[in-house]
Amino acid sequence: MSVLTAFRDSERARSIIERIHRRNTGDISIMEFCGGHTVAIFRSGIRSVMPESVRMLSGPGCPVCVTSNADLDRAVALAKTPGVTITTYGDMLKVPGSRESLMQVRAQGYPVEIVYSTLDALKLAEEQPDREIVFFAIGFETTAPAAAAAVLQARKRGLKNFSICSVMKLTIPGARALLAMGEVKVDGVIGPGHVSSIIGSDAWRFLPEEHGIPVAISGFEPLDLLAATDAIMEMHEQRRPALVNTYSRVVRPEGNRKAWGAVEEVFTLDEAGWRGFGIIPESGLVLREEFADFDADRRFDITVEDSEEHPACRCGEVLRGVITPHECKVFGTACTPESPLGPCMVSSEGSCAAYYHYQRQLA
Amino acid sequence: MCLAVPAKVLELRDDNMALVDISGTQREISLMVLDGDAAPGDYVLIHVGYAIEKIDEEEAARTLAMFEEMSLLDEEVPEGEDPLV
Ligand code: SF4
Ligand code: SF4
Repeated sequence: MSVLTAFRDSERARSIIERIHRRNTGDISIMEFCGGHTVAIFRSGIRSVMPESVRMLSGPGCPVCVTSNADLDRAVALAKTPGVTITTYGDMLKVPGSRESLMQVRAQGYPVEIVYSTLDALKLAEEQPDREIVFFAIGFETTAPAAAAAVLQARKRGLKNFSICSVMKLTIPGARALLAMGEVKVDGVIGPGHVSSIIGSDAWRFLPEEHGIPVAISGFEPLDLLAATDAIMEMHEQRRPALVNTYSRVVRPEGNRKAWGAVEEVFTLDEAGWRGFGIIPESGLVLREEFADFDADRRFDITVEDSEEHPACRCGEVLRGVITPHECKVFGTACTPESPLGPCMVSSEGSCAAYYHYQRQLA
Repeated sequence: MCLAVPAKVLELRDDNMALVDISGTQREISLMVLDGDAAPGDYVLIHVGYAIEKIDEEEAARTLAMFEEMSLLDEEVPEGEDPLV
């Protein structure tokens, strides 16, 4: 896979870094929406080789982090419903809800299963016909096709004991909401690579066209991120906001129509509550009426009251790029990856976890 | 959460499934949402058990070459106006 590992080549990286340093951009704030990018930027040391004029901000790009406590509490309530087994991706387990996490619920003996894929959840439903298997579906556009595929498969196989509790969200309305708030100065955006592989790079054209903000879609290797940063700086310097795709080996302008088609067949848009943002209209994916049989929210009567955030946790502001994790008083003390107070410390792509693992010395 | 990993397709199986190699580990994944066909030897990007895209190796080589140029902007700038020239 030589051509692919070449995207880590330090020789090539050096020449892009030199180019970045020669640029005449002045102060510039570049935001990556994607937590995967946050981690990759830290891991490859990109922050430390940037000129001082470049400020790198982390945005709301992790579905684990933006899941509200009200939604987490709903998953907890479902897990405690007799006959129900909750399945979900591993990242969700440690996130503390208003009162408890799924992991604590599992420790009390309720069935909560980590799955790697919705394929595993389907298999569980087939193997245990006397149990109700509910998949707690979190994720952005990249993850939604797997949930849609599971529902379509379940219908094809005539499974009666499989359903989905969807808290899936769309990144574009999230990005729009962030910009509309106007709290942070964003001069350029590093566009999420894998989200864009599904929705297409063209989905981000609104940034240059409506907001005058340059955007570069990027992969997750050091060269991808450096080239994306350089392209943003060049566009900023020349006052020519546009869309550049440095991840064209994976991302097409129109995206993966087949995957998105499956999502649209199964789901429709609804408002969704985001941590740090509140309700954002048409930003959540819920099952269509035709798939009501596979909708956990319709099948189980769950009401959750009194959801609340931890009073000390400032994840909301971290997710909006308003503060860095260091500015949260409990960062690294009361809140660590081992005993997190908020999701930004739990998720492997959460900003607080990234700062904790890679940048503690600067705290 | 939506980080995907490259994998090499080893063999196609029934029901739109495929056996792939993900950095040394073999795994059965679904091709259900992949747009287009995959054949053994192709590289695909796997996310939560599903192949979501093929990795275009030619495009990768082109991108690498592009990174070496001074500008990644594809629109031509009128001559004499580009400060980089
Ligand atoms: S969920 Fe996707 S967009 Fe969000 S942080 Fe992870 S990789 Fe990036
Ligand atoms: S350090 Fe912990 S409590 Fe503070 S914002 Fe991050 S996750 Fe929330």
